[in-house]
Amino acid sequence: MENMNERPKREVVVPGDLLDDKGLRPGSGTYVLDGNVYSSLLGVKSIRSNYVNVIPLSGRYLPQTADTVVGTIIDIGPSNWLVDINAPYPAPLHVNEVPWRVEFGDTARFLKVGDIIMAKILMMDETNKIQVTMNESGMRKLQGGHVIKISYSKVPRVIGKGGSMIQMIKSITDCRIFVGQNGVIWIEGELDNVLVAAKAIKMIDEEAQSSNLTERVKEYMEKTLPAVERADDQE
Amino acid sequence: MDSDIVMVDDKGKRLDGRKADELRPMKIEAGVLPNADGSAYLEIGKNKVLVAVYGPRECHPRHLQNPTKAIVQCKYNMQSYSVGDRKRPGPDRRSQEISKIISEALEAVIQVELFPRASIDVYIEILQANAGTRCAGLTAASVALADAGIPMRDLIPSVAVGKANGHLLLDLNKEEDNYGEADLPLAIIPKTNEVVLLQMDGHLTREEFDTAMKMGVTACHEIYEMQKDALRRRYSVAAEEEQEVDE
Repeated sequence: MENMNERPKREVVVPGDLLDDKGLRPGSGTYVLDGNVYSSLLGVKSIRSNYVNVIPLSGRYLPQTADTVVGTIIDIGPSNWLVDINAPYPAPLHVNEVPWRVEFGDTARFLKVGDIIMAKILMMDETNKIQVTMNESGMRKLQGGHVIKISYSKVPRVIGKGGSMIQMIKSITDCRIFVGQNGVIWIEGELDNVLVAAKAIKMIDEEAQSSNLTERVKEYMEKTLPAVERADDQE
Repeated sequence: MDSDIVMVDDKGKRLDGRKADELRPMKIEAGVLPNADGSAYLEIGKNKVLVAVYGPRECHPRHLQNPTKAIVQCKYNMQSYSVGDRKRPGPDRRSQEISKIISEALEAVIQVELFPRASIDVYIEILQANAGTRCAGLTAASVALADAGIPMRDLIPSVAVGKANGHLLLDLNKEEDNYGEADLPLAIIPKTNEVVLLQMDGHLTREEFDTAMKMGVTACHEIYEMQKDALRRRYSVAAEEEQEVDE
Protein backbone atom coordinates (compact mmCIF):
# COMPACT_ATOMS: atom_id res chain seq x y z
CA MET A 1 0.00 0.00 0.00
CA GLU A 2 2.55 2.56 -1.14
CA ASN A 3 1.53 6.14 -0.86
CA MET A 4 3.30 8.93 -2.67
CA ASN A 5 1.58 11.99 -1.26
CA GLU A 6 3.16 13.35 1.87
CA ARG A 7 2.15 11.40 4.91
CA PRO A 8 2.54 13.19 8.23
CA LYS A 9 4.18 10.90 10.75
CA ARG A 10 1.63 9.28 12.98
CA GLU A 11 2.12 9.01 16.69
CA VAL A 12 0.00 7.61 19.48
CA VAL A 13 -1.18 10.36 21.81
CA VAL A 14 -2.89 10.13 25.20
CA PRO A 15 -5.33 12.59 26.81
CA GLY A 16 -3.52 15.77 27.79
CA ASP A 17 -0.70 15.47 25.24
CA LEU A 18 0.30 18.72 23.56
CA LEU A 19 -0.55 18.45 19.87
CA ASP A 20 0.34 21.88 18.59
CA ASP A 21 1.37 25.31 19.79
CA LYS A 22 1.94 26.93 16.41
CA GLY A 23 -1.53 27.93 15.35
CA LEU A 24 -3.00 24.78 13.81
CA ARG A 25 -6.78 24.58 14.24
CA PRO A 26 -8.28 22.18 16.76
CA GLY A 27 -10.10 19.28 15.06
CA SER A 28 -11.95 16.32 16.47
CA GLY A 29 -10.67 14.70 19.64
CA THR A 30 -8.87 17.84 20.76
CA TYR A 31 -9.36 20.81 23.06
CA VAL A 32 -7.77 24.21 23.48
CA LEU A 33 -6.15 25.54 26.65
CA ASP A 34 -4.26 28.84 26.71
CA GLY A 35 -4.11 28.89 22.92
CA ASN A 36 -2.47 25.48 22.63
CA VAL A 37 -4.13 22.40 21.23
CA TYR A 38 -4.17 19.27 23.39
CA SER A 39 -5.47 15.77 22.80
CA SER A 40 -8.56 14.67 24.66
CA LEU A 41 -8.45 11.07 23.48
CA LEU A 42 -6.21 8.05 23.33
CA GLY A 43 -5.59 7.89 19.61
CA VAL A 44 -3.42 8.65 16.64
CA LYS A 45 -2.49 12.22 15.80
CA SER A 46 -3.21 13.33 12.26
CA ILE A 47 -2.80 16.70 10.60
CA ARG A 48 -5.05 17.54 7.66
CA SER A 49 -5.33 20.94 6.00
CA ASN A 50 -4.43 23.05 9.02
CA TYR A 51 -6.46 20.97 11.45
CA VAL A 52 -5.00 18.67 14.10
CA ASN A 53 -7.23 15.68 14.73
CA VAL A 54 -6.98 12.69 16.98
CA ILE A 55 -8.31 9.50 15.44
CA PRO A 56 -9.58 7.45 18.37
CA LEU A 57 -8.32 3.91 18.94
CA SER A 58 -11.38 2.88 20.94
CA GLY A 59 -14.63 4.25 22.25
CA ARG A 60 -18.32 4.41 21.48
CA TYR A 61 -19.57 5.23 18.01
CA LEU A 62 -20.81 8.81 17.67
CA PRO A 63 -23.41 8.87 14.88
CA GLN A 64 -22.86 11.10 11.85
CA THR A 65 -25.76 12.02 9.58
CA ALA A 66 -26.10 9.69 6.56
CA ASP A 67 -23.86 6.97 8.01
CA THR A 68 -24.99 3.45 7.23
CA VAL A 69 -25.11 1.36 10.37
CA VAL A 70 -26.01 -2.17 11.38
CA GLY A 71 -28.23 -2.27 14.46
CA THR A 72 -30.16 -4.65 16.69
CA ILE A 73 -33.78 -4.11 17.74
CA ILE A 74 -33.81 -3.90 21.53
CA ASP A 75 -37.33 -2.64 22.26
CA ILE A 76 -40.69 -2.21 20.56
CA GLY A 77 -43.14 0.65 21.06
CA PRO A 78 -46.60 1.10 19.50
CA SER A 79 -45.22 3.38 16.81
CA ASN A 80 -41.49 2.88 16.91
CA TRP A 81 -38.64 0.48 17.57
CA LEU A 82 -35.52 1.14 19.60
CA VAL A 83 -32.32 0.18 17.83
CA ASP A 84 -28.99 -0.45 19.49
CA ILE A 85 -26.32 0.93 17.17
CA ASN A 86 -23.44 0.81 19.65
CA ALA A 87 -23.79 4.55 20.30
CA PRO A 88 -24.09 6.08 23.77
CA TYR A 89 -27.84 6.31 23.20
CA PRO A 90 -30.44 3.96 21.69
CA ALA A 91 -31.78 5.15 18.34
CA PRO A 92 -35.55 5.23 17.76
CA LEU A 93 -36.80 4.02 14.39
CA HIS A 94 -40.24 5.49 13.73
CA VAL A 95 -42.88 3.61 11.69
CA ASN A 96 -42.81 6.42 9.10
CA GLU A 97 -39.17 5.60 8.51
CA VAL A 98 -39.66 1.99 7.43
CA PRO A 99 -40.55 0.80 3.93
CA TRP A 100 -43.72 -1.00 5.13
CA ARG A 101 -47.19 0.28 6.00
CA VAL A 102 -47.49 -0.38 9.72
CA GLU A 103 -50.74 0.01 11.65
CA PHE A 104 -50.46 1.64 15.06
CA GLY A 105 -49.55 -1.01 17.60
CA ASP A 106 -48.71 -3.53 14.93
CA THR A 107 -44.99 -2.89 15.03
CA ALA A 108 -44.01 -6.28 16.44
CA ARG A 109 -45.25 -8.03 13.28
CA PHE A 110 -42.52 -6.39 11.21
CA LEU A 111 -39.44 -6.27 13.40
CA LYS A 112 -38.95 -8.25 16.58
CA VAL A 113 -36.54 -7.79 19.44
CA GLY A 114 -33.20 -9.20 18.37
CA ASP A 115 -33.70 -8.61 14.64
CA ILE A 116 -30.76 -7.15 12.78
CA ILE A 117 -31.34 -4.23 10.45
CA MET A 118 -29.39 -1.98 8.19
CA ALA A 119 -30.33 1.64 8.70
CA LYS A 120 -29.15 5.10 7.91
CA ILE A 121 -28.61 7.86 10.50
CA LEU A 122 -31.31 10.43 9.74
CA MET A 123 -29.94 12.96 12.15
CA MET A 124 -28.40 13.55 15.51
CA ASP A 125 -29.37 16.86 17.09
CA GLU A 126 -27.44 19.00 19.52
CA THR A 127 -28.89 17.17 22.50
CA ASN A 128 -27.53 13.94 20.99
CA LYS A 129 -30.97 12.55 20.15
CA ILE A 130 -30.51 10.08 17.33
CA GLN A 131 -32.99 9.08 14.63
CA VAL A 132 -32.50 6.35 12.08
CA THR A 133 -34.36 5.53 8.88
CA MET A 134 -34.83 2.52 6.64
CA ASN A 135 -36.48 4.54 3.86
CA GLU A 136 -33.37 4.50 1.71
CA SER A 137 -32.17 2.20 -0.99
CA GLY A 138 -30.36 -0.81 0.36
CA MET A 139 -31.70 -0.45 3.90
CA ARG A 140 -33.47 -3.58 5.09
CA LYS A 141 -33.88 -6.26 7.65
CA LEU A 142 -30.95 -8.67 7.59
CA GLN A 143 -32.22 -12.27 7.74
CA GLY A 144 -29.97 -14.86 9.34
CA GLY A 145 -26.25 -14.32 9.25
CA HIS A 146 -23.81 -13.55 12.01
CA VAL A 147 -22.89 -10.28 13.67
CA ILE A 148 -19.45 -9.30 14.92
CA LYS A 149 -18.37 -6.06 16.50
CA ILE A 150 -15.14 -4.15 16.07
CA SER A 151 -14.01 -0.70 17.09
CA TYR A 152 -15.75 1.84 14.85
CA SER A 153 -12.52 3.71 14.20
CA LYS A 154 -11.16 0.63 12.41
CA VAL A 155 -14.05 0.51 9.90
CA PRO A 156 -12.11 2.42 7.21
CA ARG A 157 -9.33 -0.15 7.52
CA VAL A 158 -11.75 -3.07 7.15
CA ILE A 159 -13.24 -1.49 4.03
CA GLY A 160 -9.83 -0.58 2.65
CA LYS A 161 -8.99 1.84 -0.11
CA GLY A 162 -11.95 1.93 -2.48
CA GLY A 163 -13.36 -1.16 -0.78
CA SER A 164 -10.31 -3.28 -1.66
CA MET A 165 -10.04 -5.09 1.66
CA ILE A 166 -13.70 -5.96 2.05
CA GLN A 167 -14.00 -7.02 -1.61
CA MET A 168 -11.09 -9.37 -1.11
CA ILE A 169 -12.63 -10.93 1.99
CA LYS A 170 -15.96 -11.28 0.24
CA SER A 171 -14.50 -12.98 -2.82
CA ILE A 172 -12.18 -15.34 -0.97
CA THR A 173 -14.71 -16.49 1.64
CA ASP A 174 -17.74 -16.24 -0.65
CA CYS A 175 -19.73 -14.50 2.10
CA ARG A 176 -22.17 -11.63 1.99
CA ILE A 177 -20.84 -8.92 4.30
CA PHE A 178 -22.26 -5.57 5.37
CA VAL A 179 -20.05 -3.20 7.31
CA GLY A 180 -21.81 -0.58 9.40
CA GLN A 181 -20.00 2.66 10.15
CA ASN A 182 -20.67 1.89 13.82
CA GLY A 183 -18.31 -1.06 13.75
CA VAL A 184 -21.03 -3.72 13.61
CA ILE A 185 -20.46 -6.16 10.78
CA TRP A 186 -22.98 -8.66 9.44
CA ILE A 187 -21.72 -11.77 7.66
CA GLU A 188 -23.69 -14.50 5.94
CA GLY A 189 -22.46 -17.63 4.20
CA GLU A 190 -21.20 -21.14 4.84
CA LEU A 191 -20.45 -21.44 8.56
CA ASP A 192 -16.79 -22.35 8.08
CA ASN A 193 -16.30 -19.45 5.70
CA VAL A 194 -18.08 -17.06 8.05
CA LEU A 195 -15.71 -18.04 10.83
CA VAL A 196 -12.72 -17.38 8.61
CA ALA A 197 -14.13 -14.01 7.51
CA ALA A 198 -14.87 -13.07 11.11
CA LYS A 199 -11.37 -14.04 12.19
CA ALA A 200 -9.88 -12.04 9.32
CA ILE A 201 -11.89 -8.97 10.32
CA LYS A 202 -10.89 -9.37 13.96
CA MET A 203 -7.32 -9.55 12.75
CA ILE A 204 -7.72 -6.23 10.95
CA ASP A 205 -9.26 -4.76 14.11
CA GLU A 206 -6.31 -5.82 16.23
CA GLU A 207 -3.55 -5.02 13.79
CA ALA A 208 -5.02 -1.94 12.14
CA GLN A 209 -1.84 0.00 12.80
CA SER A 210 0.54 -2.30 11.02
CA SER A 211 1.51 -2.21 7.37
CA ASN A 212 1.02 -4.82 4.66
CA LEU A 213 -2.19 -5.84 6.36
CA THR A 214 -4.03 -6.68 3.14
CA GLU A 215 -1.42 -9.23 2.14
CA ARG A 216 -1.28 -10.80 5.55
CA VAL A 217 -5.06 -11.08 5.81
CA LYS A 218 -5.17 -12.63 2.36
CA GLU A 219 -2.45 -15.07 3.25
CA TYR A 220 -4.26 -16.03 6.44
CA MET A 221 -7.55 -16.68 4.66
CA GLU A 222 -6.02 -18.65 1.81
CA LYS A 223 -4.08 -20.74 4.27
CA THR A 224 -7.07 -21.49 6.48
CA LEU A 225 -9.84 -21.96 3.98
CA PRO A 226 -8.80 -25.22 2.27
CA ALA A 227 -7.97 -26.67 5.68
CA VAL A 228 -11.41 -25.89 6.96
CA GLU A 229 -12.99 -28.56 4.79
CA ARG A 230 -10.82 -31.30 6.24
CA ALA A 231 -10.27 -30.53 9.88
CA ASP A 232 -12.28 -28.24 12.04
CA ASP A 233 -9.82 -26.49 14.26
CA GLN A 234 -12.06 -23.58 15.12
CA GLU A 235 -13.56 -23.39 18.57
CA MET B 1 -0.90 6.47 68.89
CA ASP B 2 2.63 6.03 70.18
CA SER B 3 4.35 2.79 69.43
CA ASP B 4 7.89 1.54 69.76
CA ILE B 5 8.14 0.65 66.07
CA VAL B 6 10.90 2.65 64.42
CA MET B 7 9.41 3.94 61.16
CA VAL B 8 12.54 5.61 59.88
CA ASP B 9 16.02 4.51 60.93
CA ASP B 10 18.96 6.87 61.45
CA LYS B 11 20.01 6.40 57.81
CA GLY B 12 16.64 7.72 56.66
CA LYS B 13 15.50 4.29 55.49
CA ARG B 14 11.93 3.16 56.09
CA LEU B 15 10.58 -0.25 57.16
CA ASP B 16 10.51 -1.47 53.58
CA GLY B 17 13.84 0.11 52.72
CA ARG B 18 12.50 3.13 50.88
CA LYS B 19 13.64 6.71 51.28
CA ALA B 20 11.16 9.22 52.69
CA ASP B 21 10.19 10.55 49.26
CA GLU B 22 10.23 7.29 47.36
CA LEU B 23 7.19 5.61 45.81
CA ARG B 24 6.53 1.93 46.11
CA PRO B 25 7.29 -0.04 42.91
CA MET B 26 4.40 0.53 40.52
CA LYS B 27 3.04 -1.31 37.52
CA ILE B 28 0.14 -0.24 35.30
CA GLU B 29 -1.39 -2.16 32.43
CA ALA B 30 -4.23 -0.87 30.24
CA GLY B 31 -6.85 -2.90 28.40
CA VAL B 32 -6.86 -6.08 30.46
CA LEU B 33 -10.60 -6.88 30.32
CA PRO B 34 -11.98 -7.51 26.82
CA ASN B 35 -15.63 -7.35 27.93
CA ALA B 36 -15.39 -3.84 29.36
CA ASP B 37 -15.20 -0.72 27.19
CA GLY B 38 -11.98 0.18 28.95
CA SER B 39 -9.94 -1.31 31.77
CA ALA B 40 -6.72 -1.08 33.71
CA TYR B 41 -4.80 -3.13 36.24
CA LEU B 42 -2.49 -1.43 38.70
CA GLU B 43 -0.07 -2.63 41.32
CA ILE B 44 1.68 -0.33 43.73
CA GLY B 45 3.61 -2.10 46.44
CA LYS B 46 1.26 -4.77 47.74
CA ASN B 47 -1.88 -3.03 46.43
CA LYS B 48 -3.63 -4.71 43.52
CA VAL B 49 -6.43 -2.83 41.80
CA LEU B 50 -8.58 -3.71 38.80
CA VAL B 51 -10.75 -1.07 37.11
CA ALA B 52 -13.43 -1.52 34.43
CA VAL B 53 -15.14 1.33 32.60
CA TYR B 54 -18.43 1.15 30.69
CA GLY B 55 -20.05 3.84 28.63
CA PRO B 56 -20.91 6.53 27.90
CA ARG B 57 -24.26 4.78 27.85
CA GLU B 58 -27.87 5.71 28.52
CA CYS B 59 -28.26 6.41 32.22
CA HIS B 60 -30.58 4.20 34.27
CA PRO B 61 -32.47 4.98 36.47
CA ARG B 62 -33.82 7.85 34.41
CA HIS B 63 -34.07 10.37 37.29
CA LEU B 64 -30.29 10.41 37.67
CA GLN B 65 -29.86 11.67 34.11
CA ASN B 66 -28.60 15.17 33.64
CA PRO B 67 -29.89 16.80 30.42
CA THR B 68 -26.76 18.93 30.09
CA LYS B 69 -23.96 16.50 30.81
CA ALA B 70 -22.96 12.94 31.48
CA ILE B 71 -22.75 11.73 35.04
CA VAL B 72 -19.84 9.69 36.35
CA GLN B 73 -20.87 6.80 38.53
CA CYS B 74 -18.03 5.18 40.35
CA LYS B 75 -18.17 2.07 42.50
CA TYR B 76 -15.21 1.38 44.74
CA ASN B 77 -15.34 -2.10 46.17
CA MET B 78 -12.96 -4.04 48.36
CA GLN B 79 -12.94 -7.78 47.89
CA SER B 80 -13.52 -9.67 51.11
CA TYR B 81 -10.09 -11.29 50.77
CA SER B 82 -8.30 -7.99 50.12
CA VAL B 83 -7.33 -7.39 53.75
CA GLY B 84 -5.91 -9.46 56.59
CA ASP B 85 -9.16 -9.99 58.46
CA ARG B 86 -11.96 -10.86 56.08
CA LYS B 87 -13.81 -7.71 55.05
CA ARG B 88 -17.56 -7.99 55.22
CA PRO B 89 -18.58 -7.73 51.56
CA GLY B 90 -20.87 -5.04 50.23
CA PRO B 91 -20.99 -1.27 50.29
CA ASP B 92 -20.23 0.43 53.59
CA ARG B 93 -19.70 3.99 54.75
CA ARG B 94 -16.06 4.04 53.76
CA SER B 95 -16.51 2.67 50.24
CA GLN B 96 -19.44 5.00 49.57
CA GLU B 97 -17.30 7.94 50.54
CA ILE B 98 -14.42 6.82 48.36
CA SER B 99 -16.74 6.16 45.40
CA LYS B 100 -18.11 9.66 45.71
CA ILE B 101 -14.79 11.50 45.91
CA ILE B 102 -13.34 9.47 43.03
CA SER B 103 -16.40 10.19 40.85
CA GLU B 104 -16.03 13.87 41.56
CA ALA B 105 -12.31 13.87 40.80
CA LEU B 106 -12.88 12.07 37.50
CA GLU B 107 -15.73 14.37 36.54
CA ALA B 108 -13.25 17.26 36.70
CA VAL B 109 -11.28 15.94 33.72
CA ILE B 110 -13.85 14.04 31.64
CA GLN B 111 -15.53 16.17 28.96
CA VAL B 112 -18.94 15.30 30.37
CA GLU B 113 -20.73 18.02 28.40
CA LEU B 114 -20.27 15.96 25.21
CA PHE B 115 -22.66 13.25 26.38
CA PRO B 116 -25.87 14.70 27.81
CA ARG B 117 -28.15 12.20 29.59
CA ALA B 118 -25.47 9.52 29.55
CA SER B 119 -23.65 7.83 32.36
CA ILE B 120 -20.05 6.71 32.53
CA ASP B 121 -19.66 3.81 34.91
CA VAL B 122 -16.38 3.09 36.65
CA TYR B 123 -15.95 -0.06 38.70
CA ILE B 124 -12.91 -0.17 40.97
CA GLU B 125 -12.16 -3.53 42.55
CA ILE B 126 -9.51 -3.71 45.25
CA LEU B 127 -8.05 -7.21 45.03
CA GLN B 128 -5.38 -6.63 47.64
CA ALA B 129 -5.05 -3.68 49.97
CA ASN B 130 -1.99 -2.27 51.67
CA ALA B 131 -2.83 1.39 52.33
CA GLY B 132 -3.36 3.95 49.61
CA THR B 133 -6.06 2.09 47.70
CA ARG B 134 -8.15 5.17 46.98
CA CYS B 135 -5.17 6.76 45.27
CA ALA B 136 -4.33 3.55 43.44
CA GLY B 137 -7.98 3.22 42.39
CA LEU B 138 -8.15 6.75 41.04
CA THR B 139 -4.85 6.44 39.20
CA ALA B 140 -6.01 3.22 37.57
CA ALA B 141 -9.50 4.59 36.85
CA SER B 142 -8.18 7.47 34.77
CA VAL B 143 -6.06 5.06 32.70
CA ALA B 144 -9.12 2.84 32.18
CA LEU B 145 -11.20 5.85 31.09
CA ALA B 146 -8.61 6.83 28.50
CA ASP B 147 -8.50 3.22 27.35
CA ALA B 148 -12.29 3.32 26.91
CA GLY B 149 -11.86 6.19 24.45
CA ILE B 150 -13.66 8.68 26.67
CA PRO B 151 -12.65 12.26 25.90
CA MET B 152 -10.91 13.84 28.86
CA ARG B 153 -8.67 16.85 29.42
CA ASP B 154 -5.91 15.01 31.22
CA LEU B 155 -5.12 11.93 33.24
CA ILE B 156 -5.26 12.02 37.04
CA PRO B 157 -2.33 10.71 39.04
CA SER B 158 -2.89 10.33 42.75
CA VAL B 159 -0.73 9.54 45.76
CA ALA B 160 -0.83 9.85 49.55
CA VAL B 161 1.67 11.57 51.79
CA GLY B 162 1.71 10.88 55.50
CA LYS B 163 3.54 11.33 58.72
CA ALA B 164 4.93 8.61 60.93
CA ASN B 165 7.34 8.97 63.86
CA GLY B 166 7.52 12.67 63.08
CA HIS B 167 8.79 12.11 59.52
CA LEU B 168 6.90 13.10 56.41
CA LEU B 169 6.70 10.02 54.22
CA LEU B 170 5.53 9.58 50.64
CA ASP B 171 3.11 6.79 49.71
CA LEU B 172 2.56 5.19 53.12
CA ASN B 173 2.38 1.44 53.41
CA LYS B 174 0.07 -0.32 55.82
CA GLU B 175 2.31 -0.24 58.90
CA GLU B 176 3.16 3.41 58.42
CA ASP B 177 -0.51 4.23 57.89
CA ASN B 178 -1.71 2.26 60.93
CA TYR B 179 0.91 3.49 63.37
CA GLY B 180 1.50 6.90 61.82
CA GLU B 181 0.15 10.29 62.83
CA ALA B 182 -1.35 11.58 59.58
CA ASP B 183 -2.40 10.57 56.07
CA LEU B 184 -2.96 13.02 53.23
CA PRO B 185 -4.23 11.50 49.97
CA LEU B 186 -4.19 13.92 47.05
CA ALA B 187 -4.79 13.91 43.30
CA ILE B 188 -3.98 16.58 40.76
CA ILE B 189 -4.46 17.48 37.12
CA PRO B 190 -0.79 17.52 36.12
CA LYS B 191 -1.14 20.06 33.30
CA THR B 192 -2.47 22.80 35.56
CA ASN B 193 -1.56 21.41 39.00
CA GLU B 194 -5.23 21.78 39.97
CA VAL B 195 -6.10 19.69 43.00
CA VAL B 196 -9.06 17.36 42.40
CA LEU B 197 -8.87 15.27 45.57
CA LEU B 198 -7.52 16.17 48.96
CA GLN B 199 -8.31 14.60 52.29
CA MET B 200 -6.53 14.61 55.60
CA ASP B 201 -6.67 12.13 58.41
CA GLY B 202 -4.70 13.09 61.53
CA HIS B 203 -2.76 16.22 62.27
CA LEU B 204 -0.11 18.14 60.38
CA THR B 205 1.24 21.58 61.10
CA ARG B 206 0.91 24.24 58.42
CA GLU B 207 4.58 23.82 57.47
CA GLU B 208 4.32 20.06 57.35
CA PHE B 209 1.23 20.32 55.19
CA ASP B 210 2.98 22.57 52.68
CA THR B 211 5.96 20.23 52.44
CA ALA B 212 3.66 17.21 52.16
CA MET B 213 1.76 18.85 49.31
CA LYS B 214 5.02 19.56 47.49
CA MET B 215 6.17 15.95 47.91
CA GLY B 216 2.81 14.69 46.70
CA VAL B 217 2.67 16.90 43.61
CA THR B 218 6.20 15.88 42.57
CA ALA B 219 5.30 12.22 42.99
CA CYS B 220 2.05 12.70 41.03
CA HIS B 221 4.05 13.93 38.05
CA GLU B 222 6.16 10.80 38.32
CA ILE B 223 3.04 8.60 38.34
CA TYR B 224 1.62 10.61 35.42
CA GLU B 225 4.54 9.51 33.24
CA MET B 226 3.85 5.87 34.14
CA GLN B 227 0.17 6.28 33.25
CA LYS B 228 1.02 7.73 29.84
CA ASP B 229 3.55 4.99 29.27
CA ALA B 230 0.96 2.30 30.08
CA LEU B 231 -1.46 3.73 27.51
CA ARG B 232 1.21 4.10 24.84
CA ARG B 233 2.44 0.56 25.44
CA ARG B 234 -1.00 -0.78 24.64
CA TYR B 235 -0.75 0.53 21.09
CA SER B 236 2.98 0.24 20.68
CA VAL B 237 2.68 -1.32 17.24
CA ALA B 238 4.12 1.21 14.87
CA ALA B 239 1.27 3.54 14.08
CA GLU B 240 0.77 3.67 10.38
CA GLU B 241 -1.48 4.47 7.49
CA GLU B 242 -5.21 4.68 7.77
CA GLN B 243 -7.45 4.80 4.75
CA GLU B 244 -10.08 7.26 3.74
CA VAL B 245 -13.60 5.93 3.79
CA ASP B 246 -14.95 5.21 0.34
CA GLU B 247 -17.97 3.09 0.98
